[in-house]
Amino acid sequence: MSLKNVFTDWSRYRKGIEEGGFHDYEHMWGMAVDLNKCIGCNACAVACYAENNLAVVGEEKFYKGQAMHWMRIERYWDEPDLGEDRVKEFNHHGANFIPMMCQNCNAATCEPVCPVAATYHTPDGLNAQVYNRCIGSRYCSNNCPYRLRFFNFYSYYESSWPEPLHMQLNPDLTVRDKGVMEKCTFCVQRIRAAKDKARREDRKVRDGEFLPACAQTCPTGAITFGDLLTLHTPGGGVGETKVAQMWRDHQVELGKTRQTKQNPELRGYRVFEGLNTDPCVMYLERVREV
Amino acid sequence: MQSKDINEDIRWAQINEDVLRSLENPRMGYWVAVGVCLALLALAIIAEIYQYRVGMGVGNLNWPHMWDLYIATFIFWIGMSHSGTLLSAILHITHADWRKPIYRFAEAMTTFTLMTAALFPVIHLGRLWNMYWVLPYFSDRGIWPNFRSPLVWDAFAIFTYLTTSALFLYIGSIPDLAICRDNARGWRKKLYTALSLGWRGDDRQWRNFRKTYLVMACFLIPLAVSVHSIVSSDFAMSIMPGWHVTTFPPYFVAGALYSGCAAIITLFILLRYFFRFEAYMTMPILDKTCKLTFAIAMVWTYLNLIEFASVWYGHDKVAKELLIAKFTGPYSPYFWAMLILGSVLPFTLAFEKLRTNIPVMFVVSILLNVGMWLERWMIVAPTLSLSYQPFAFDVMWANWVQWFIVIGSFGWFGLLFLIFVKVIPSVSMYEVKEMIFHRRHIANKDIAAVMHRRATDPKPAGGQPSGASGSTPGTPGLEGA
Repeated sequence: MSLKNVFTDWSRYRKGIEEGGFHDYEHMWGMAVDLNKCIGCNACAVACYAENNLAVVGEEKFYKGQAMHWMRIERYWDEPDLGEDRVKEFNHHGANFIPMMCQNCNAATCEPVCPVAATYHTPDGLNAQVYNRCIGSRYCSNNCPYRLRFFNFYSYYESSWPEPLHMQLNPDLTVRDKGVMEKCTFCVQRIRAAKDKARREDRKVRDGEFLPACAQTCPTGAITFGDLLTLHTPGGGVGETKVAQMWRDHQVELGKTRQTKQNPELRGYRVFEGLNTDPCVMYLERVREV
Repeated sequence: MQSKDINEDIRWAQINEDVLRSLENPRMGYWVAVGVCLALLALAIIAEIYQYRVGMGVGNLNWPHMWDLYIATFIFWIGMSHSGTLLSAILHITHADWRKPIYRFAEAMTTFTLMTAALFPVIHLGRLWNMYWVLPYFSDRGIWPNFRSPLVWDAFAIFTYLTTSALFLYIGSIPDLAICRDNARGWRKKLYTALSLGWRGDDRQWRNFRKTYLVMACFLIPLAVSVHSIVSSDFAMSIMPGWHVTTFPPYFVAGALYSGCAAIITLFILLRYFFRFEAYMTMPILDKTCKLTFAIAMVWTYLNLIEFASVWYGHDKVAKELLIAKFTGPYSPYFWAMLILGSVLPFTLAFEKLRTNIPVMFVVSILLNVGMWLERWMIVAPTLSLSYQPFAFDVMWANWVQWFIVIGSFGWFGLLFLIFVKVIPSVSMYEVKEMIFHRRHIANKDIAAVMHRRATDPKPAGGQPSGASGSTPGTPGLEGA
């Protein structure tokens, strides 16, 4: 170990504090989820299980609350603002669905509390989780207002993928062992693959070149994924990505605790943005006839 | 009731004899206690091995209840450790000499509760074999812990506090260890010879000893405050309702002193009864300790009310809902129990009849600590069961694995303490002698004069105080006034 290394790292660390975080983002991966289109079919959750080697914990552990659903469809039956009679009528039309996946907050509450810095922000604007570094203090999950971090309470390898099911595991990422926290990564393995491919071909990553498993699977196309920063269109030219366009159309901006919309009819919102977590996922409110 | 803190006519040889007797010949009851502690510890070890091999899920921990009894019990033990510092360091600096017969075991309690508490963050880790990653050791890969994380501050705070309090305990008992050495035979002789570091009790040694002890005391006080403030930042630094509370650091410190004082009363009564320390651990001292506990209990109650009020008037929807849920929700029986045990029960300490009744005080002091344990649990669990995301609302009850480990921690603490009382004198002989000396010659006449003299003169040596430094008659002028 060279002492020089230590001092360099220290000065970089100090400098990072003074500058107040990282600013030179290469990408800012984000999503727009149109709740009008969501039919609550759970295909995204299934796709996520298949893509990300999520352990199937079984009924008993599921009821104990030890499941790991990085992507989950939350159902809400009530709409308290409507009043008693309307709620009944409203329920008649079915539940409200909201797909929740890691919001990849730019001011993520999980990051500062990790004692070993196993979760940190990448230059891609992703909230990364380093499984190898995680010691399982679980503070990040406690401090996530969305409750989108899941813990490997057991070792699932044998119970979840008995032979020959282990053949179905995705080789692009690991199977996490017990004692490690995990969460939605926006399918970081696909992001890496796309970036590598783009680098080999000496170009930038194009919008729509790849999709996370949930967005790829959604039968109604409710999930739009892309880069909120860079402007490379499928044709190779420069323009606005689809997701960035949606954010702009709905006048939702990053870095705000409350959106200042000129048109209050616009449906875009971010979950709990009042907590200053600055999430990268925008939801488009569901409009219902009541 | 006897009115003096200590009988001033005890002979010094008698003190030595009484205290040294407590070190020897463990009776049947001692071995039974050791056996019980070992059995409890065995339960914890079984549970921990099971949990280590299978995973954290065996204790019923789930999403979103990632923390539960382990963290609650961790705070509980850390809290208990504050009493020793209060008695030995704060009361030492404020010259409250009634602390002298009881501070030694309180200090030992500090060290041992910290040794117990420090186990819990390790036990609760998902991959505890990697726990050393929390420490900032030099690594080839330039990887550091995250200095922004309160858990890292915890690691620093606990290690610092543990080493300091252990040193403080050891340094404070060196003169006593020398007395033990002079009276011991066999392996004890060898042990005490090594431990007493060649203490002869000459002037130079006493002078250096006093200075070291005072410096350590001064160093320990801010540490005691900081360590529990830092533990409180495990919660206060988060954004969860019920945890993100500005008053948490003083609230935790008050709660810590509170449970520590209650534990001192418990151990006071046990030691007094089992080692027949009636002459040293006297009723007036118990009385003073109870008054102190009562005062701290009221501070704790006040801070509790502040928290409720600030949540109520702060009108943060989520925090308010959580507060209401604490009073009415699934955890409400425990929350009410905590309020009653923590804020109502201490009023028994306000009545002299009750606080001088040893059986009553024994039960009350244990119940106070039950209340304080519930307080810690009521900090951890309700917030996790009810926070921002409605989909994740959940109530979880710990199962036998968690409970075994919690119960086993009491066995571990008990075992350490039982070993302690047979190895290190649990009453400080030299300080009791000092106290008697002062009382006999000075203190009863005029305290102001004593304070004045203490500030100017070197203190009389404890083991063999010279007549010149202490026995000058108190101020005749003030005596008549």
